[in-house]
Amino acid sequence: MSILVNRQTRVICQGMTGRAGTQQTATMMKYGTNVVAGVTPGKGGQRHLDLPIFDTVAEAVQQTRANASMIFAPPMQAAAAMIEAIEAEVPLVVTLTEHVPVLDMVRVCHALKGSQTRLVGPNSEGILAPGICKLGVIATGNARPGGIGVVSRSASLTSEVIAQLSAAGLGISTSVGVGGDLVHGLSMKDCVELFLADPETEGIVLIGEVGGTEEQYVADLIRQKKPRIPIVALVVGCHAPSERRAGNTGALLVHGRDTAAAKIAALGRAGVIIAESPHLVGATMSAALRGQKDQKQPRAALG
Amino acid sequence: MKLHEFQTKQLLSDFGLKSPEWGVAITPEQAEEIAVGLDAKSFVVKGQVHGFRRKLSDAYLVYSPTEVKKAAGDLLQRKIADDGGVKANSVRRVMVEAGVIAERAISLSLFIDPAVRGIVLSAQNCDAAGNVAAFGQAGVQQLTLGTGHTFPEYDVMLFAARLAIPDNARNAFSTLTHGLMRAFVELDASRIEIDPLAIMPDGELLALSAVLTIDDNAMFRHPSLFALRADDEREINAQSYRLNYVSLDGDIGVAANGAGLGLATIDMVRAAKGRPANFMDIRTSASSVEIARGFAMILDNPKVRSLLINIHGGGMQPCDKVVEGLGIAMRRTGRSLPTVVRLAGNNAHAARARLEDFGCRIVDCADMWSAAEHAVAEARQ
Repeated sequence: MSILVNRQTRVICQGMTGRAGTQQTATMMKYGTNVVAGVTPGKGGQRHLDLPIFDTVAEAVQQTRANASMIFAPPMQAAAAMIEAIEAEVPLVVTLTEHVPVLDMVRVCHALKGSQTRLVGPNSEGILAPGICKLGVIATGNARPGGIGVVSRSASLTSEVIAQLSAAGLGISTSVGVGGDLVHGLSMKDCVELFLADPETEGIVLIGEVGGTEEQYVADLIRQKKPRIPIVALVVGCHAPSERRAGNTGALLVHGRDTAAAKIAALGRAGVIIAESPHLVGATMSAALRGQKDQKQPRAALG
Repeated sequence: MKLHEFQTKQLLSDFGLKSPEWGVAITPEQAEEIAVGLDAKSFVVKGQVHGFRRKLSDAYLVYSPTEVKKAAGDLLQRKIADDGGVKANSVRRVMVEAGVIAERAISLSLFIDPAVRGIVLSAQNCDAAGNVAAFGQAGVQQLTLGTGHTFPEYDVMLFAARLAIPDNARNAFSTLTHGLMRAFVELDASRIEIDPLAIMPDGELLALSAVLTIDDNAMFRHPSLFALRADDEREINAQSYRLNYVSLDGDIGVAANGAGLGLATIDMVRAAKGRPANFMDIRTSASSVEIARGFAMILDNPKVRSLLINIHGGGMQPCDKVVEGLGIAMRRTGRSLPTVVRLAGNNAHAARARLEDFGCRIVDCADMWSAAEHAVAEARQ
């Protein structure tokens, strides 16, 4: 089963009339995502990609019963777009915009408190449930439906890992890009909880990076819950230049808990299987699932 | 964006931060002149490098203008490593500051804590050299200042009490906390550090050193601060080309699309016992001309002996656009290097076909690990 999205997901796109918005919305529609409208202030009443455009999110939601929004706004307008969607009580908001100022995200997260909205991103590649819904810019070429949940802070590595999983004969239930920014919405831990609550998820892949403490919270969760399905983690940035921002990683090393090595150690202690190298994630998950089957069979025979 | 210490002190003085009197010099003679002008018994001479964190070896405490001149002369010939220790920058300016005799000192920092999604003030008692010292309760004290609107005065006073800040300095501490918080929000800071902050016998608080980092993503709100940028020229150029570029000190030029894949590639090069010359991550919005400028920066670096390109083409950045950029850079710079590529995802086939026209030695690898190994082998030849 997929998490966050399903066949009933009705998507509006904030910023659909822009260049990237147009291109990616068209790609999503071609993939089968149910996009129902666009929102661009000042362009209400027009049509674009054969869909209605509204001035406000509230109007779009009211007219189309949309239950998800994808945000393509430029960095300086992204926070306002997110807050508008939160105020319109859109249940799922995915922000793809990169380079959103961190203090803007502090304000957005303040608006998020006590709201009905789940915010994914910013700087997310989106959510993909193969064959069901693609909400974002994530590449779909290699992805096929299956039982592996993917939670990632890195878009480029997600494409790579999905390709590896496919090569190993494994499919994806849902892949969620939580975004690599320091302050963002849905956390890795939230995603892992959703996957653990889904009876059809057979395994989880975590793609982490140096910086922040998200992976540590996942480690805490796993230590408490001791899930039976295999969880494989890749954490990159062991040799990242310290105290320097490397791209979107927000790698401000504050306490030493956020080095890649510290995260690998914490996840390992919690029982997560660590992929030894970035090119071995698919093979590691495949081996873990086989190992688990081998263990299960004798027990089944006893039962 | 990182600033020089003197720029930081200047900016933060608008928000109520006080410092000992200071001046900035670019020659030893100027430094001496500044010292003569300062009415002080001792002087601190500090080399100015972006992101510089106070280290005793990089600063001089001296007692006469003549000694200031000598210290400045020494510093101006030096290279000082920035706080990541990644590379050393030449010292082009020195700051000459009046020496003060503090009663005590604390180290103060404001940063964004992703766990509370707000601004946090962190403080600790230290001696004037920045070493942890115990006054009252020891250890790091933290106060969540939240989202940037208001925070209760009572919390600040309690915080000051926990740090055992003397009674006559409590009001100054409260004013400073509010000022720094306002600075943090108004300047879009991602970090402010005052370390050490001297507590003077009369209760005045003086910043003996200050570091301010501005969120690069918010620079569009602060056009006036652009003039203060003087980081690594390559890194500044790269930002205008929609690339994330960090100079490293090895001999393998590395390019990837996406920060995660870039970090993974660096990890693999190191695992294969090679040394990356840079970290370059091509943003999805970069055009092939912008990508070409990035490759040109790598090709311009004489230390680079091989190129490693690791691309997983996605919806917005297909492989052939990256290869196109590489081709433009090779034509423009006239330099080609043994190039190891790992191309996967969108338009990988088209990209491979283009590569054959470039006239350099191309090693096409199927996976990231063999690409890393080949790039290391090429650099050794």
